[in-house]
Amino acid sequence: MHRRKARISRRTPANSSTVKVELRHIHKRFGNVHANDDVSLTVEAGTIHGLLGENGAGKSTLVKILSGFISRDSGEIVLDGRPAHIQSPADALRYGIGMLHQDPLDFPPLTAIENFMAGSPTTPALLNVRAAERNFRALCRQFNFDLDPHARVSDLTVGERQQLEIVRLLANGAGTLILDEPTTGISATQKTLLFDALRRLAQEGKSIIFVSHKLEDVEALCDCVTVMRRGRVVGELNLRANGAGRAHGDWPAGERFDVAARIVEMMFGRELAMPVKPAIHQDETALVLEGLLLRSDRLEMHIGHLAVRRGEVIGIAGLEGSGQQLFLLTCAGLEHPAAGSIYVSGRNLTRQPYSAFVKAGVCYLPADRLREGLISGLSIQEHVALRMPSRGIFINRAAAAQEAERAIATFNIRGRPDTAVEQLSGGNQQRTQLALMPSPLNVLLMEHPTRGLDIESTLWVWQQLIARCNQGTAILFASSDLDEIVQYSDRVIVFSGGRISPPIAAAALTADSLGQMIGGRF
Amino acid sequence: MESGQLFIILATAIASATPLVFACIGETITERAGVINLSAEGTIMLCAMVGFVAAKTADNVWLGFVAAALVGALIALVVAYGAITLKQSQIAIGFVLALLCSDLSAYLGNPYVRIPGPTVPPRFAIPLLQDMPFIGPLLFREGDILVYAGYALIGATWFYFYRTRGGLTLRAIGEQPAAAFARGHNVIALRYAYTLIGGALMGIAGAAFSLDFKAGWSYRHTAGYGWIALAIVIFGGWNPLRAALGAYLFGVLQSLAGVAQSTVPNVPTQVFTVAPFVLMILALVLTSGDWLDRLLSYLPVNVRRSLARIIHTAPPAALGRPFEQD
Amino acid sequence: MNGAAAPQTMTPPARAAGMPPTFYRIGAFAISLILVALVILISGASPVTVIGSMVGGAFGTADQIGRVIATLSPLLLCAAGLVYTFNAGLYNLGVEGQITFGAIAATWALRLLHPEGATASLLPPPVAIALAIFVGGVGGIAWGLLAGALHVYGRISEIFAGLGLNFAATGIAIYLIFGPWKRPGVASLSGTQPFDESLWLGTFGKTEATPVALALGLIALLMTIVVMRNTYFGLRLRAVGRNLRAAYVLGVPARRQLLSAFLICGLFAGVAGALQVVGVFHRLIPNVSSNLGFLGLLVVMLVNFDPLWILPVALFFSALNIGSLQLPLSLGLESSLSGVIQGLLVLFALLGRGLAQVYGRKPEG
Repeated sequence: MHRRKARISRRTPANSSTVKVELRHIHKRFGNVHANDDVSLTVEAGTIHGLLGENGAGKSTLVKILSGFISRDSGEIVLDGRPAHIQSPADALRYGIGMLHQDPLDFPPLTAIENFMAGSPTTPALLNVRAAERNFRALCRQFNFDLDPHARVSDLTVGERQQLEIVRLLANGAGTLILDEPTTGISATQKTLLFDALRRLAQEGKSIIFVSHKLEDVEALCDCVTVMRRGRVVGELNLRANGAGRAHGDWPAGERFDVAARIVEMMFGRELAMPVKPAIHQDETALVLEGLLLRSDRLEMHIGHLAVRRGEVIGIAGLEGSGQQLFLLTCAGLEHPAAGSIYVSGRNLTRQPYSAFVKAGVCYLPADRLREGLISGLSIQEHVALRMPSRGIFINRAAAAQEAERAIATFNIRGRPDTAVEQLSGGNQQRTQLALMPSPLNVLLMEHPTRGLDIESTLWVWQQLIARCNQGTAILFASSDLDEIVQYSDRVIVFSGGRISPPIAAAALTADSLGQMIGGRF
Repeated sequence: MESGQLFIILATAIASATPLVFACIGETITERAGVINLSAEGTIMLCAMVGFVAAKTADNVWLGFVAAALVGALIALVVAYGAITLKQSQIAIGFVLALLCSDLSAYLGNPYVRIPGPTVPPRFAIPLLQDMPFIGPLLFREGDILVYAGYALIGATWFYFYRTRGGLTLRAIGEQPAAAFARGHNVIALRYAYTLIGGALMGIAGAAFSLDFKAGWSYRHTAGYGWIALAIVIFGGWNPLRAALGAYLFGVLQSLAGVAQSTVPNVPTQVFTVAPFVLMILALVLTSGDWLDRLLSYLPVNVRRSLARIIHTAPPAALGRPFEQD
Repeated sequence: MNGAAAPQTMTPPARAAGMPPTFYRIGAFAISLILVALVILISGASPVTVIGSMVGGAFGTADQIGRVIATLSPLLLCAAGLVYTFNAGLYNLGVEGQITFGAIAATWALRLLHPEGATASLLPPPVAIALAIFVGGVGGIAWGLLAGALHVYGRISEIFAGLGLNFAATGIAIYLIFGPWKRPGVASLSGTQPFDESLWLGTFGKTEATPVALALGLIALLMTIVVMRNTYFGLRLRAVGRNLRAAYVLGVPARRQLLSAFLICGLFAGVAGALQVVGVFHRLIPNVSSNLGFLGLLVVMLVNFDPLWILPVALFFSALNIGSLQLPLSLGLESSLSGVIQGLLVLFALLGRGLAQVYGRKPEG
């Protein structure tokens, strides 16, 4: 049924040569977060349009609205001057809008050619693998992609899976391509191939939206950049103003820097906040990493030497998904490094079980609280009891209740001891996580410690954390809020596409230098 | 063992495994779409009873199959509604239905115990095919319509899975429903459809017992076969050919047990009736654990990879989990 | 079986406020009762007569009440054991095999203590019986831990590991009954040679109910209630069952908890099997578990894993089982109606729970 509709109403630009994409006054709220606040964006046919912004700036929401994954609250999508009715991914496909997700949305156990055929309106009811293969090979040749049609997708690299998706979307007649952070986790060669392909597609008249945070990539590739911050468009910049179609590298060095500086200024908006973290007075190390090699299926990272002193706070900046989580999990003992050693308070804990890390006073607070940090269905008091140093068999209910009451009072949690954690708001869940931190605590590892919290709570949370530091706890935290990082860290390390910067004193950082580093320049 | 005896064992195995083939293919289809229908034991038993009663009442053996298929689909509908729409545990609902339907078959089928009823028309040979050496007489001479329908079902399912657009979509929604949704498929509706089709096939399996291979109806007439069908689906790596092979292998084990009863007199005969079940599960344990991986890791990489692919199969990635579209 | 990325989520569509959740629960319960009546009507009987007959069959005479209690005791043990596995997030369908293997182990112990042909057991009968029950428990633990090890270390679904071990336990029982332990003369499905009467568990009067079995069942249940409500062990078990990853991150030794759940469930089921041998059948029979393990699964599912409600539900289910035995005698109906009623009640409890979650009005805030 879908397919017939597709064939009839498909006004894909596969035949027509160009399509202009306009988003007008898009609004989208998630609860009380205004993810897209009156966002308008115009992508001219035949251009590559960069969409930049920090995490949570609303760029992802915007492209998901365009590709039908999220329904908008209000606003218009106009394609080539005609309003488009996009309510689902299927609708978007019918208008020739294809999206490449950061984690490729494909079918890993199937082969490349099966993925190529799956869900394509041109696939006949009886599969014609040979014809599909011809088509597939032709497209691959066109873009110099070297893909084996019979390889299983699970055996491909992220970059190859991306190439497969591009080829598939093009075969399905996509006239508008949206790429969400496509350069994360792919090799330099693959990146060159990708950029060449995108330039060629733009020349053919397709419109391309390139969502990224990497200044370098955006500069190299995009004709035009829109910067978003906190759900709004804060600026647009035409990168090809002084000579259309200038290739990467043609820019005079000074001018290049100028562009980057302007983009950084737009992204982060203002001068960074001043550091507020009091200096540390201890020299004893809490955590030492030696020659650590971290490996996941898409990243490989190396840290030569990092020594964190007691009471020190290390802020970890960088785009989400640049390996911060793997790093924190490894420090917590929940993942093992591929090589290297981890010392906590002078003891070598390399390859020791997680329980040894717990015993050594290491604590990890995940960002996804309900999936990894707290247990749905259990109350605050039960969480407190779970964390109490258990002496004996029976739960000391009175003590647990008292402790829960105390935690609720000190951490200002809006709930009762018997409130199930999933009924708490995000902020209160985070407060509960903080309340569950054990004592004594040597190393605290956190992801987004204040995400979703209001300013007052944020200040309060950091008061608590700094109090811990004064007792000798070392904190490593990842955050996408640069202010938070600069304000509360002693030193900062930046993760970018598999690389980790050396630690830099927070006081020495500027908005510009930090932005450049996040963009991969260090 | 002389070849004549082997031939008899294989021929018996093929006949006795035919109902299981239907059940295993049905469950394979359902699970490939991402839904576990754990009610197989009860579905097969209730449908065996319903099929027999319907055929007896209408005096038409084919109506029995139709009724059984409908009841099988109805049970599957309960599983689908509970699992897909209400997002409850597929295991819990399937398990309860397995027990419920078994007891329901015993209760409602009580008046029909051990009475004669209609059966599938006698065996016939298929011209031309029966003349093939060895295979011909084995596969195409002694069967009845259901045996041949079983072959057709295996082939058709394999063809559907791997040679049609619909089959590609079916495999896709069980692996990555989110990606299938992104490509414009209605994951929920398709999962319902394939769960019902799988249930109907299990219903036919039940009727195949009571109207053909274990003709008649008695208390707990098909006990054990539903559980074994579920195990065979895993053993078969969610591939219709391998699942069918597993079903026939189980048939061979059963007919071997029959032979062993007479040849190994000092082992009690009843052991042999349980042995195929135990062996099947043992095979499952061996092939689905990760010890084989550990063993394989001693082999060279390229050999390991292809070998691992043959013995070691992964379930559909989204098996048993509801799809959160909204 | 995990490993795929989380499904794409979209904002939930604004749903019109439904009825309060209890409405769906009660509605589902009502439907299950209507269906029970319908099933009875289809079989050509009157629901009122059938219910009357079943009540009479369960509570009519002291003997019948005794049989209800004799069924209740092992059911309590199994249900109590299953509370641990369910709360740890496990579907221990292997409970049947754990009963059977416990029964086998107990029989083995009694045969050692009182060899065939001997005039008296090597130990005083009460000690021998106690030892047999203990050995039965150990047998159940072995079978439970085997399923647990296959699940935890072999990554095999506990459902299929359990089912396979059920078949294996039955196979071993049959082998023993027809082979090494066969009755002098002819082996038959009716089981091994009955034990010497001195090794039979004492009963309430002339009924089938034994005080020891009932006491053990009640103790197991009471212990389970206490453990689940008041101990760190129970809390950790619930934590693991609800969110294995988060529990592990919070420092709960997840593997040990899972294996402990299998161990305790195996212990209780094994003891139940031993009691079937020494208290009810007085010998090993092929179907020694009498489907009590599966019935236990239904009981625990119906009470939504909360041990507090097990006693009334288990008593009701036992009464259904025994009451339905009257049906063939008085009305010519099959006794499996009890299973139909039990199944429908649990099925619609599950569906009602789902309906309440999906369509029920959410509490404010």
